[in-house]
Amino acid sequence: MIQLFKMAFRDLGRNRRRTFFSALAVGMGLALLMLMASVINGEMGNAIESAITLQSGHIQVRAAGYDENKSSLKWEDLVPNPEQVAGKIAALSQVKAATPRLFASGFISTGDESAGVRIFGIDPQSPASDPYRQGVISGAFLTPDDRDGLLIGNPIADKLHLKTGDQVSLSVNTSNGNVDEQTFTVRGIYTTNTYGFDNATIFLPLAKAQAITQTENHASTIFVLLKDTADTNSVAKALKGTNLEVKTWTQMNSLIVDTETMARSYISFFYLIILAITASVIINTQIMSVYERTREIGILSAIGMRGGRIMTLFLSESFLLAVGGTILGVLLGWLSVYLFNIKGFYIGNMGLSGILIGNTIYAKLTMADTINVTIMTFVVTLLAGLYPAMMASRLEPVEALRAEK
Amino acid sequence: MDVVKVENVTRFYKIGEVETKALRGVDLTIENGEFTALVGPSGSGKTTLLQLIGCLDQPSGGTVWVDGQDVTRLNRNQRADMRRGHIGFIFQFFALIPTLTAFENIEMPLLLNGHTPAERRTRVLELLEAVDLVDRADNRPDQMSGGQQQRVAIARALAPKPALVLADEPTANLDTANGKQVMEIMQRLNQETGVTFVFATHDPRVIKYARRVVTLRDGQVVENTGAKQKV
Repeated sequence: MIQLFKMAFRDLGRNRRRTFFSALAVGMGLALLMLMASVINGEMGNAIESAITLQSGHIQVRAAGYDENKSSLKWEDLVPNPEQVAGKIAALSQVKAATPRLFASGFISTGDESAGVRIFGIDPQSPASDPYRQGVISGAFLTPDDRDGLLIGNPIADKLHLKTGDQVSLSVNTSNGNVDEQTFTVRGIYTTNTYGFDNATIFLPLAKAQAITQTENHASTIFVLLKDTADTNSVAKALKGTNLEVKTWTQMNSLIVDTETMARSYISFFYLIILAITASVIINTQIMSVYERTREIGILSAIGMRGGRIMTLFLSESFLLAVGGTILGVLLGWLSVYLFNIKGFYIGNMGLSGILIGNTIYAKLTMADTINVTIMTFVVTLLAGLYPAMMASRLEPVEALRAEK
Repeated sequence: MDVVKVENVTRFYKIGEVETKALRGVDLTIENGEFTALVGPSGSGKTTLLQLIGCLDQPSGGTVWVDGQDVTRLNRNQRADMRRGHIGFIFQFFALIPTLTAFENIEMPLLLNGHTPAERRTRVLELLEAVDLVDRADNRPDQMSGGQQQRVAIARALAPKPALVLADEPTANLDTANGKQVMEIMQRLNQETGVTFVFATHDPRVIKYARRVVTLRDGQVVENTGAKQKV
């Protein structure tokens, strides 16, 4: 077997240029697969991370039957004594932060211009509010006792020509079905680089939000962030058992999860195309090799090499091509992902309803994806060598010996 | 003892609608230790007969016995095994594997037969010495002359100690001096080892080395002179 590999290695060396370009074809195919997988991971991962950190959290604990699309403020749809409930949840070791939040709807106006908004009543000091605090680009973040300040997203500020310190009128639905209007000062302007979120959301301190909506000591939800996403189901299970409903991020973000599943299915189709192209290059190269070496195959057969061993010889060449090509591919793949991530891929304000996507896509290459696509490419390259190897093994020695050198 | 026995062998080829009769009922017996030439013009069937004896091809009719075995009944793998263990080949185009050194080319049949590295090394060095190419052991075919390549081919043919060596026009691609050297080596090895040599040729300078001459014409044996004659 070692001798066959030695022969196969030397046979590949007979036409180094062809061998190099064949391995390069395999390598480029693999690198492309790695880049595609990492971009999908990056984009979907970014969307999921944005949804979790900005909007849904890992878990939400809320009143049974609460519908986030309706943002009901009726007391029976809200969580009573939310600070107490949040305190119990925060005591769990897997929990990074548990904080009450109030969601309401309204519109913000200045003179003749107005915009519909979602209002998040938050605890500004909770670690769960860090993404918003870190996103402040003008002015200051909120404080818990701020009675007339609000934080608006950059797109809203642009639309309404607002700057820090400006006065705005905020009209809000209340728990008894009325609308309350108050004047606020733009305390700060923020961006999370997620247009879909920034364009619709303003922040108030929780106490002020509760006061303006007349929902004292109630919250729409307890927003829970975990230290590790993998703990979601186990923590959700631990929190069940009260009259409150526990929702996980997969349940709250089913659109993203379904979109990710669909994206991976589409990507699988493209994988097949790329692998088919790679395979056809290898088949072509190896068939040419068999034709060029027909007489040599006849000689090997004449000195007593069985067809099976001749097939093994050619499969050994495919194996070596697969090894060389996949090593090259992994290196090219890593390099591609690295270069891609220097600046990322700017997609601007791509707003898909229900999915928060940042304005720049970065690739995220996982070890699992690297291993999967590498194995796929390796196996396909080997299989591609099967037909030419069978061709070689089936040549009749007397016919093969007649072939031109 | 008969190393080769050919009984009423025929070989037809059909290309499209045209049928070519390469051999038309050949009977021939070759005894152990012979140095026999198959001669005849182009198209006489000598190469075809050599290929049938060498299990490279199968007859359309008749029987071929090699080293006591009916080779016409063998399947593809069995014929390969027969060639590996009992028959050595020398071709006019030298037929060495270009990526292997002289040592490795000679070693190849021994490798296929499962000999140990030590056994292979001993046998190969012995043969390199016999063909006076010890200093060329590590050279590849493109680093050797035609005569040297053919000597390596002779050594390779003898490596597994076959019962029979078949040579198809062994000097066709060699100049007179190299051709003479190759024939003398073959003759000497035939005398020293007792291996049977059968070679196809139309070169009169080569025919003179044979102890027996079998002449073919139009696919039939027309003359059979030398040590053994069979009607």
